[in-house]
Amino acid sequence: MDKYDVNSLQNIEVEDEGVEYVMIQTGNELYGIDIAYVDNIVRYQKITRIPKAQRFFKGVINLRGEIISVMSFRLKLGLSEIKETKSTRIIIVKPEAETQVGIVVDEIKEVINLKANDIDKGESSDSSDAKNSYVDGIGKYGDKLISLINIKNLIVERGTSNS
Amino acid sequence: MDVSQYLEMFIDESKEHIQTLSDELMVLEKEPDNIDTINEIFRAAHSLKGMAGTMGYKRMQKLTHDMENVFQEIRSNNMKVIPELVDVLFEALDAISNYLDNIIESADEGTDDNQNILDALAKIVDEGKDKETPEEETETKESDENNDEVIKEEAIKEKEDIDNSDDTVPYKNIIFSDFEKKSFGELLDDGMHIYGITVFLDQNCILKSARSFLVFKVLEEHGEVLKSVPSVQDIEDERFEFDFSVVYLSAEKAEVIKKAIENVSEVDKVLFGNLEDIFAEGAQEKKKDDEKEKKIEEKEEKEEKSIEESDDTKIKTANVGGGQALVKEKPKEKKQSKPNVGRTVRVDIEKLDDLMNLVSELIIAKNGLVSINAEQNSEGLSNNMFNEQIEYLESVTTNLHESVMKVRMVPIETIFNRFPRMVRDLSKKLDKKIEFHVTGEETELDRTVIDEIGDPLQHLIRNAADHGLESKEKRIAAGKDETGNIYLDAYQVGNNIVIEVRDDGAGMDIEKIKNKGIEKGIITPDIAEYMSDDEAIELLFTPSFSTSDTITDISGRGVGLDVVKTKIEELGGSIECHSVMNEGSSFIIKLPLTLAIIQTLMVDLGDEKYAIPLGNIQTIEDIPLQDIRTVQGKEVINLRGKVIPLIRLDAVLDVKSNGFEPESLTVVIVEKGDKVVGLVVDRLVGQQESVIKPVGDYISGSRAIGGATILGNGDIALILEVNALF
Repeated sequence: MDKYDVNSLQNIEVEDEGVEYVMIQTGNELYGIDIAYVDNIVRYQKITRIPKAQRFFKGVINLRGEIISVMSFRLKLGLSEIKETKSTRIIIVKPEAETQVGIVVDEIKEVINLKANDIDKGESSDSSDAKNSYVDGIGKYGDKLISLINIKNLIVERGTSNS
Repeated sequence: MDVSQYLEMFIDESKEHIQTLSDELMVLEKEPDNIDTINEIFRAAHSLKGMAGTMGYKRMQKLTHDMENVFQEIRSNNMKVIPELVDVLFEALDAISNYLDNIIESADEGTDDNQNILDALAKIVDEGKDKETPEEETETKESDENNDEVIKEEAIKEKEDIDNSDDTVPYKNIIFSDFEKKSFGELLDDGMHIYGITVFLDQNCILKSARSFLVFKVLEEHGEVLKSVPSVQDIEDERFEFDFSVVYLSAEKAEVIKKAIENVSEVDKVLFGNLEDIFAEGAQEKKKDDEKEKKIEEKEEKEEKSIEESDDTKIKTANVGGGQALVKEKPKEKKQSKPNVGRTVRVDIEKLDDLMNLVSELIIAKNGLVSINAEQNSEGLSNNMFNEQIEYLESVTTNLHESVMKVRMVPIETIFNRFPRMVRDLSKKLDKKIEFHVTGEETELDRTVIDEIGDPLQHLIRNAADHGLESKEKRIAAGKDETGNIYLDAYQVGNNIVIEVRDDGAGMDIEKIKNKGIEKGIITPDIAEYMSDDEAIELLFTPSFSTSDTITDISGRGVGLDVVKTKIEELGGSIECHSVMNEGSSFIIKLPLTLAIIQTLMVDLGDEKYAIPLGNIQTIEDIPLQDIRTVQGKEVINLRGKVIPLIRLDAVLDVKSNGFEPESLTVVIVEKGDKVVGLVVDRLVGQQESVIKPVGDYISGSRAIGGATILGNGDIALILEVNALF
C-alpha cells in the first residue's frame, strides 16, 4: 500500500503538473506569484500608516484581529502610486513560516498553471536592476508574458534596504 | 521505553532540586552542623540521583550518588562538614547544572565525567572517615570473614533452584519466621508448590507500582501471594527500586507462572525458584537464618560501593529481620516527611499564551460593543438594559483578564534565588567580604518578564560586587565595616514592579565618569562642566562605556549598562541610577506589571489615533499658546514652577497636520523616571483597555511606536513607546 503511494507521487513529479501562479496586472505588465506563498486575497481596506516605515510599506491592516503589514507592489517596483480602485486587492503572502505580509496590487486576473517548459529562466537584459532581482523568470501563457515574482527576494532580502 | 515525554518534567524538577541544593549548601557553609540542612541536601541529591537514573543519565547519576554518599556519612556521624567539602560540593552542583544544561540543549548529558570532583569527594570522605571512625575497618574485616561461608551457602542454594542463571537472587534472601515456616509448610499438601519469585522491572519503567500491581494480579489468578518483600504497601507507594520478591503458593507449574509474569509489559527479568525445601527442613533453620544475616551484612558492604540503583532494594529485602514481615526502610527515607506542596498544575506557557490571546479577543469584542453603545447614546437611542449588560460584561472581562494575568505571574524568587550563590562565589574570587540582602522575593512578575530580567540583574549585582564595593583595606580606611553590603529589593508601586540593586560601596566618581565621557568623545569638556551628577551618571548607559580601570573577568567586558538598559526598555521598563560618593550606588529598575494588555489614553493626531500607556502619564494639561516659551530653540512650558520640554507628536510621527492652530494646546505630561516631558496632542478621545499586538512582520517603523491595538470599530491605533521619546 505504502509502496504504491510513493510510486504515484513520483509519477506526479515526472509528469510535471506545473506550478500555479496568481496572475496580477500592474499597469500594462503581468506578474505571477507562486500560489504556494499565497495565504489569502482580500479587498482593499483602510491601511493605518506606520510613521517612519520603509517607503514602500503602506502601513498595517487588521485582518480578523491580526495586524498585518502591507506593502505596495507599485512602490516596491519603483512605479508611481495610484489611488485604489474597485479592483485593488491585497494579497496576503507567507514568505516564511509564521510571517505574513500583505501586498497591494492593482488587479488580480486569474490563477494560471505554468509547466516548466512554459517558463524562461534566462536573464532578460532590458529590465531595470531593481525589478530584475525580484523576477525569477518569464512565464509564457498563451500570447501573454508574465514576470514571475520571487516573493522572498521581494520582501525578505530587499525588505529594508530601499527605505 | 521512551522517556522523552518525561524530559520536560525531569528538567523542571531537576532545576528545583538544584536550586534546593544551592540554597541549602549556602546555609551549610554557615551552619555546618545543621542537621535539617544536611537532611535536605541528602534528600535533594537522592531525588536527583533517582531521576537521573530513570532517565538514563549515568554521569549525572554517578555524581549525585557520590554527593548523596557524602551526606550519608555525615548523617551517620562518620564525618564532619569541612569548608573544603562545601567548595567541592558547589563544584559538583555546577557540574550537575552543566549536565542539565546539556540535557536541555540536546537531551544528552554530555561526556564530561567530572572525575576530579568525584575524586575530590571520595578523598574528603576517606579522610573524614579516617578521622572519625577508625572502627570502620574492623567491621569490613568481619564481613570478609563471612564471605567464604556465604559463597558456599549460595553455591548449595543454586543447585537446588530451577533458575540459577544469576548469582544474586533476591528472593533467596527472604527470611521466614518459625511461624511462617510452619504455616507455609502446612500448605504444601495437596500438590501445592511454594515458589520464590523475584521480578525485575525494566530500568526505564516509570509507573513501577502500576506494573507491580499487574504482576500481582497475574499471580493472584494462579495462586496466592504468601509474602512479599518489600511489603505490598511499600510497593504500592513505589518505595522500592526496580525489583521485588514474593513467596508464592500455587498448584501451577513454575514455567506457566513465569511465562504469565513475563507477559506483563516492562518486566525485565523474572527469577524463579522452588522454596519447598526451606519449609521441609526445620532443624537447620535457625542456623541458616544467622548465616543469611551475615550475608546481608556483606551485601550491604558491597552496596555502598556500587552505584547500581536496583541494588538499593536488596538492602531492604535483606533487612527483613528474622521474625518480622515488616520491611525496614532505609534510614534516609525514614525521616522523609511529606513536603508541603501547594496544589499546583504545570501548564505549558504556550497554552497560557493561547488563553491570553482569547481573552484579548474578548476584550476587543467588548470594546466594540462599548463603542456601538456610545454611538447609540449620542444619537439619543439610549437603552438602559443594554448599558447594564455592557457594564456587566466589562467587569467580567476585566476580572477574567486579571485572573489570566495572575496565572502567568511567577514570584521573582525564581530569579533572585540564584544570586546568593553568585555573590558567595564573587566574594571568594574578589576577596571581599560581602553580605547579600534580599527582600521582596515573593513579588510577582509576568513569566515573560521573569525570563528576561535575570541577565540584567546578574550584570548589576556583579557590577556592585566588582566595582561598587571597595576592597577590605579601602573600606577600613574609609571608616566603614570591612563587610560590604549588596541589597536586592523588589516591590510593587502602582502598576509597576520596582527592583533595586544597591551597594554601600564607594559610589560613583562623577569626575571620573565625565573625564571618561570626554575621552570617549561622548561629551565635550564644556558640556561636562554644566552637567548635573544625574546627567553624568546617565552617561554610564551609553554604549561601550566602561569606567573600570582594569577589565576583570567578572565585569567590564565592554558589554555594559547600555545592554542592561536596552533589555529593560524592551520589556517596557526603565532604569535609573543614583549614587552618593562614599555611600554607595543604587540602580532602580521599573517594570510594567503586565505586558499584553494595558490601560491607555487614546488621543487624536490629525486623522490618526494613538494610544499612550496610562502608566506613563502624570497629568493632562491645557496650555494657552502664549505660555509656551522657547529655550535654546526648544519649546518648553513652565508648569507649577517646573520647566517641562514639549514634544510635538505630530512632528515626531510625521502626521499630516490639518493646518488648524488652536488657541491652546492639549499637553499630556508623561514621565520616565525623574524626567518629565509634555506631549502635544490634537484631541483626547478617552481611556481604553488596549491589547498590545506586534506591528506586523518585515515593517520597521519609528522607535516611538511600541505596538498596535485594534479598536472597537476594527480600526488600528498605534501605541506610543513613551520611553523612546526622551
